[in-house]
Amino acid sequence: MSAETTRMLAVVPDPTSPELARTLDLAGYSWKAVNSVAEASESEPQGGWAGVIVDASDDVDAAWTFLRAMRKQRTDSTPALLLVGGGQLNELEHRDDLFDDFCLNPFHPSELEARLRHLLTAEIDVQSADLVEYGELVLNLETYQASIGNKPLDMTYMEYELLKFLVQNPGKVFTREILLSRVWGYEYYGGARTVDVHVRRLRAKLGEEHANLIQTVRSVGYRFGQSRWES
Amino acid sequence: MNEQQRDYVLRSVEERGVRLIRLWFTDVLGNLKSLAISPPELDNALNDGMTFDGSSIDGFSRVQESDVLAIPDPDTYELLPWADGSAPEARIFCDIHHLDGTPFEGDPRQVLRRHVKAAHDAGLTFYLAPDIEYFYFKPLIADAEPVPIDDGGFFDHTVNDVTGELRKNTIRTLETMGIPVEYSFHEDAPGQQEIDLRHTDALTMADSVMTFRLAVREIAARNDVHATFMPKPAEGLQGSGMHVHMSLFRGDDNAFYEESDDYDLSPTAKSFMAGLLRHAREITAVTNQTVNSYKRLVPNFEAPVHISWARNNRSGLIRVPIAKQSNPLATRIEYRSPDPACNPYLAFSLMLAAGMKGIEESYELPDEADANLFETDDAELAELGIEQLPHSLYDALEIMESSTLVREALGEHIFEWFLRNKRREWQGYKTQVTPFERDRYLRSL
Repeated sequence: MSAETTRMLAVVPDPTSPELARTLDLAGYSWKAVNSVAEASESEPQGGWAGVIVDASDDVDAAWTFLRAMRKQRTDSTPALLLVGGGQLNELEHRDDLFDDFCLNPFHPSELEARLRHLLTAEIDVQSADLVEYGELVLNLETYQASIGNKPLDMTYMEYELLKFLVQNPGKVFTREILLSRVWGYEYYGGARTVDVHVRRLRAKLGEEHANLIQTVRSVGYRFGQSRWES
Repeated sequence: MNEQQRDYVLRSVEERGVRLIRLWFTDVLGNLKSLAISPPELDNALNDGMTFDGSSIDGFSRVQESDVLAIPDPDTYELLPWADGSAPEARIFCDIHHLDGTPFEGDPRQVLRRHVKAAHDAGLTFYLAPDIEYFYFKPLIADAEPVPIDDGGFFDHTVNDVTGELRKNTIRTLETMGIPVEYSFHEDAPGQQEIDLRHTDALTMADSVMTFRLAVREIAARNDVHATFMPKPAEGLQGSGMHVHMSLFRGDDNAFYEESDDYDLSPTAKSFMAGLLRHAREITAVTNQTVNSYKRLVPNFEAPVHISWARNNRSGLIRVPIAKQSNPLATRIEYRSPDPACNPYLAFSLMLAAGMKGIEESYELPDEADANLFETDDAELAELGIEQLPHSLYDALEIMESSTLVREALGEHIFEWFLRNKRREWQGYKTQVTPFERDRYLRSL
């Protein structure tokens, strides 16, 4: 067994489904069930968790909350495998940043094992995903810096997060609700008007010349950049 | 604190080569205070806060319990656009705490936080958009009357437009700091400007007003112009007000809007307005906190005097702007008495508290007063039950002192200190002998 697999996995939620527990045991993984990021941090083995498996089949919202909290509170990038039911696949859209791979539940034990093996041995190449560009706008995801036309663009954290999300999904129309849930998370209180306020602030910072990078789509929401149907 | 947010600030400081971080907070009178630290201190400051001697700040601690803790709010990290490009500076607003971590009662930002949270707990978010007026004067000369930098009037587009350039620079600066501007124009009086900010939540807006006042002054000073938010800088001219547009949202819905109502106003909006009207006299000492404020609140200068409301009547205290066409999101009310020399944290706190009191106790909104109240005589006003705002800082303080609402909303610490401080200001003013008196009496009496 390779070095990676001898490290421990965190499994969410506690209790773990009997099928998952059996598969992990049979494949020789050591693992521990937890319910929150706080719990995971508490019982974290030396050298850190090798990875985390989040079973979303019973409570998909709880799974997102956990993953979002994990991405926010932990600076390392513990790889995450998500278990979802067939009916939950649409939930995955625009949440690619929250998990590294997923597997349909009920799962085939060999598939789960193969995916885990792949996940744990994969070298995560952060470098390649570092720069996001759109026209003159460049976002460096590693340094949190942004510039437009080679001039630095200074933003608050939430402005940066909103712009990052939009730039990563150019040409697509998002409702305020989607933006709120994907960028701020469900915990955020304040309603979709928060999104309008931040979009207006971002446009102000982008300056007159570039303010129209974020387009208002009447009675729907916002779109970054050109629509895919326009030239 | 959110790890990633902290990380974001630290990283940005490093990447942008920031040399100085200004930790900002506000004293009880609304003066901006700043504690500058160098980047290596920032990590510590974000984690544990910075201890400083609160007794040196107006309205903060008494000497025997003087140390307090400034904890930066990483959400408010911004680069200061007017700093020297080779040595960038950033600012972060702070909340002030006791050393044991509990919120400090003397911190106006904490007071507003408390009110915003109370509204949140009732499912409501308070949105504000102030219209801020101020004057540009030529550099001041001691003992001389201030001279406006232009003789333009309402909406004037003047040639060789120094004022326009200044205003444009200011707006550009505000926008790079994440403070969007809705409108700006030359106001009625020579040298007078108005800049209308776009709505945000109350806490962000109070921070923005603090930033706004500094930005306007900084940019003016760089151009050898004196900008002032003094409510009535010269007699015979319009005063400078800060009309505040307000709405309450329940999730994504404007709680002030109701389609079936003649005014588009919901019962919530009406009770909120009734609360503001009923408690207006009590909160005026805070929304208009200087001796000079009351020289603006006089008839015939577009400032309110009477406690009334109407749709398009600018002589009333509350105006309900008429939307071109019914728009649920834009329905709002405009509270017209505050001036830009107020402490925005405390003023917003009291407006919210007065309005919320109206909602909690289902106050009844009086009838609309659509006549020009400046032309209505006192007997008629009395018959309509229309009262007036306090006529002086002294009156306002007397009324404030007997207000349970204001005492509870500000908390004992600020309430007591404010009254003490402002009474001293009044005493100082009362002993002055003015040119008005000498002109009138010196020869004849």
